[in-house]
Amino acid sequence: MTTAAARRMPVSVRMRRAVTNGRVTAVLILLPPALILFTLFVMLPLGESAWYSFFNWNGYGAPSNYVGLENYERILNHSVFHIAVGNTVKIVAISLLIQMPLALLLALLIYKKTPTNAVFRLIFFLPYILAEVAAGLIWSFVFDGNYGVTASIAAGLGLENVFILSDPDWAFAAIMTVIVWKYFGFHMMIYIAALQSVPQDQIEAARIEGARRLQVIRYVQIPSIKPAIVVSAFFAIIGALQVFDVIIPLTNGGPSNQTHTIVTYLYTFGLTRLNIGFGSAVGVILFVGAVTVALFYQRIFMKRAQG
Amino acid sequence: MTRGHLARNLFRLAFLCIVASFVLAPMLATVLGGFKTNAEIRTNALGLPAMWDTQFYGAIMSDPAFWRYLGNSLVISIGSVVLTLIVGAAAAYVFAQITFFGSRMLFSYVLLGLMFPFATAILPLFIKVRDIGLLDTWWAVILPQTAFSLSLAILLFRTFFAQLPKELFEAAYIDGCGYVRFFWRFTLPLSAPILATVGTFVFVQSWNNFLLPLVVLNSRDVFTWPLGMMQFRGEYVTQWNLTLAFVTLTILPAIVFFLAAQKYIVAGLTGGAVKG
Repeated sequence: MTTAAARRMPVSVRMRRAVTNGRVTAVLILLPPALILFTLFVMLPLGESAWYSFFNWNGYGAPSNYVGLENYERILNHSVFHIAVGNTVKIVAISLLIQMPLALLLALLIYKKTPTNAVFRLIFFLPYILAEVAAGLIWSFVFDGNYGVTASIAAGLGLENVFILSDPDWAFAAIMTVIVWKYFGFHMMIYIAALQSVPQDQIEAARIEGARRLQVIRYVQIPSIKPAIVVSAFFAIIGALQVFDVIIPLTNGGPSNQTHTIVTYLYTFGLTRLNIGFGSAVGVILFVGAVTVALFYQRIFMKRAQG
Repeated sequence: MTRGHLARNLFRLAFLCIVASFVLAPMLATVLGGFKTNAEIRTNALGLPAMWDTQFYGAIMSDPAFWRYLGNSLVISIGSVVLTLIVGAAAAYVFAQITFFGSRMLFSYVLLGLMFPFATAILPLFIKVRDIGLLDTWWAVILPQTAFSLSLAILLFRTFFAQLPKELFEAAYIDGCGYVRFFWRFTLPLSAPILATVGTFVFVQSWNNFLLPLVVLNSRDVFTWPLGMMQFRGEYVTQWNLTLAFVTLTILPAIVFFLAAQKYIVAGLTGGAVKG
């Protein structure tokens, strides 16, 4: 009665009805709070990022020192920014090459609904629900060369103290270990949900035709959870662009700026030094990166996975 | 069961146990570390403590700052959940029930928020919060956090609302129930599962949030627990046992909450985590 019948009435009648039945009131009351909040705290700051990025500005008064693209030039020529981007790429690589295969293997081992599997599922998902800062702090204890677990192990083996987090060559490997530890359970859960919805008769049909366990996995199960794999890889990439919390307690970007990611770079060189214009430019670059990834990814994989 | 089967199963269990110990060992070391003296941590970081000394846990729990940090986090998280649910569900209801000129466009506009990470706009956000005069208040975290959860919340709510039976609305409408009343009386109560899922998701995100509070909160009076924890760590750099006790006491509620609300958390964090 709200659609077809209403459409046949004259416009004036429809308008009057819309007002009296509360349709207009509903739109005017229920919609604006969300739109205002979203505009004020999401879209407006995003636009302002672009605007501020053309200024050399410390955040006080109005931005007036217009510098054009100088901020962008400085960022793109900054060696620390190159390290930050390189580290982000490393995180993506580790996620795709180690974390996701591990998660898939575990998912295949425990996707069936049994009590033992439920316990393992719970354990593997546990790191994911911890706050990143807490995870970082826990692992900074593990890696502490004087007090931590590493120290105990080194002492047990009769080695000298090792300070992984202050070793420029190893610090980032340690961070990537923490990232795998923290997030593999999340990817595993995505795969488990997908594996559980693969129709059992497909698997049985393959078995009856003589397929071995590995062949079932290779030709039945993995192809049918492909959409889940595509989605989890997307999370891994977008997540890599945002890594921040874990780094702060572990290395804070050090030693000698070797372990920065894009967001810690933004924070360290933009906010703590109140280079609002510079930091905003980093934000814009991050935005462009994220949107490019999202659009390309959608175009290349998501469509194919659905079709 | 054949012998090959058995061997394979044993191998599988062994592998799972190895991974499980890799997952659990750091957490276990943290919990146990809170019972040890620093001298003992130095020589025995992983094993059971020689003597279960509870004074470090006691010291944290009798510190009013610790409870203030948790209280601030709780208020901010609950505030964000309530605001996201009300504001988000209201808007999603309009998008699901009422078609008007431009409604499609507005919906796409709101979904733009799914495209980019929170950190991109953090500096202008800081300036805006400062200029409005909200720095060092709970609102400085609640409002931006809510705004950033809205895109996902509205997307999930709208999908759910659109699946509610249309006949229900038509019957209520004939009985003289308007749109706004219908929203309160029928849509919200019928949507408990999706409200719980989104609510849990927003709560966990807020409880664990670090970057936003770090940027907009400077006074220790309003610190959330992650900020308090980092502050604490900075003050007691060499006293790992105190820091470990602090960490344990803050992650314990999260773990208990997780075990209690597991269903919603897994659904909310994996199925719903479009933003990653």
